[in-house]
Amino acid sequence: MAFIEIKDVRFSYAMEAGAEKEVLHGINLDIGQGAFVALLGHNGCGKSTMAKLLNGMLSPSSGQVLIDGLDAGLEENQLPVRRQVGLVLQNPDNQLVAGIVEEDVAFGPENLGVPPEEIRRRVDEALKAVDMYHYREHAPHKLSGGQKQRVAIAGVIAMETKCIVLDEPTAMLDPRGRQEVMETITRLNREKGITIVLITHYMDEAVQAGRVVVMDKGQVLMDGTPQHVFKQVERLKRHDLDVPQATELCYRLRAAGVALPDIPLSVEECVGMFRNLLR
Amino acid sequence: MLSDITLGQFFPAKSLMHKADPRLKICLTIFSIVLIFAAGNFFSLGWAVLYIALAMALSKIPLKMYLRALKPILFLVAFTAVLNIFYGTGDPLFQWGILKITKNGLLNCLFVSIRIIVLILASSVLTFTTSPTQLTDAIERLLRPLSKLHVPVHDFAMMMTIALRFVPLLMEETDKIMSAQKARGADMESGGLVQRVKALIPVLIPLFVSAFRRAYDLATAMESRCYHGGEGRTKMKVLRFSSHDYCIIGSALLALAAFITLNMVFPPAIVR
Repeated sequence: MAFIEIKDVRFSYAMEAGAEKEVLHGINLDIGQGAFVALLGHNGCGKSTMAKLLNGMLSPSSGQVLIDGLDAGLEENQLPVRRQVGLVLQNPDNQLVAGIVEEDVAFGPENLGVPPEEIRRRVDEALKAVDMYHYREHAPHKLSGGQKQRVAIAGVIAMETKCIVLDEPTAMLDPRGRQEVMETITRLNREKGITIVLITHYMDEAVQAGRVVVMDKGQVLMDGTPQHVFKQVERLKRHDLDVPQATELCYRLRAAGVALPDIPLSVEECVGMFRNLLR
Repeated sequence: MLSDITLGQFFPAKSLMHKADPRLKICLTIFSIVLIFAAGNFFSLGWAVLYIALAMALSKIPLKMYLRALKPILFLVAFTAVLNIFYGTGDPLFQWGILKITKNGLLNCLFVSIRIIVLILASSVLTFTTSPTQLTDAIERLLRPLSKLHVPVHDFAMMMTIALRFVPLLMEETDKIMSAQKARGADMESGGLVQRVKALIPVLIPLFVSAFRRAYDLATAMESRCYHGGEGRTKMKVLRFSSHDYCIIGSALLALAAFITLNMVFPPAIVR
């Protein structure tokens, strides 16, 4: 049994005058413990709905979301599910509760009724894990976007969740903040074995994941390793989806008749390939 | 420019007053305000002033800060002082038409002015040495008995925490929206009062819309982090009385005893 099991999940939003709009049309996904999955897709393809289904903020219209065997759609499972799956939102300002960094990180464990000394330990550890320990007594509004987002991640880690779902965590950040957040996520996945579900529309971020799931119009379009997914450039383009810049470059060179041995995913890979070619 | 406003005027430093338990500080502030109003003569009032001056000295906050805190109430002090001067009874020292100044009036004026000034200084010691979060925490703890009467103490404290967190954010946003509207040709600085208030509407509406959007996000974030009200909630920072808090209580009790003695031994200063 996988850590997260999504079984034939459909979801409809209630519209005006009793009408309903189905945004997810039968999703099936299994995500194993310790995986790093990127969820890609356009705005309105149902990505954010997926994020809220994963920690029980929304319940599926039909089908099941199982977190470690618990049905996330049931009211009585809400707290146990949220203890396992933390959610980080797009806007770094709106998700911090307290006026001091360390007190914000303590918010989750405080809600769980963890004893004070244990909270202190978890908060210090979480802040060190995201490299924000030196800022523990700062006010959140004095921090940069990337730093705020790292504090939000620390707030989830302090709850000792097994999985973090991040809903476009870098969309409002500058390139530097984006890099900070991505480095933090990959490190947490690698060193602490925390399952990461990263929802994004930046292809360059998706490449860093171990598995990419592409969604389109409420359905899973592709599912596989970044190599597998991004090499299907034409298929992605047919659905108006981008590919990483390096991939795009090599794809066009190939189309123009340049013989390239491989289609790289990252700038480093691309540079390496050209260096070998030109030697 | 708007973001420069500091909240709660907290002035971080390492002093005996900063270290004291915030609950104790709130109680002592109320205690000294009562003392100031209970003082009947200049001796006991002087004692209360001395007591608060000691607290100010121990706070290690420059006198300049305290004087600045007094600035907004100078008018009020002057106003009550003038009123009291002319309301005295007894033989006039100086008379001009119906206005007369008596010795008693002058004393009353001095007494009342000292009262108001010291009152502000006493509450400044509290707000200067206690961070807004500590203050919220202490109020929550002090009011906790009320939750037995179904007063939602925890919810109020949570609301205050969130307000403190979001005020600087919304100020920054107001600034941004104002600049954006000015860039679109909005005129906010000229015209009469009505016109200026009207000019604020294009600022307030986007501000409210964004505040609601933020509230929605915040609610999602709080729920995701297992927030379910105050029930079963613990705190990372537990307020505990330390030995030096007990020393402060002891000295306050001694001061109170001296105050009562002074108040009883000397005759009341204010005579109506």
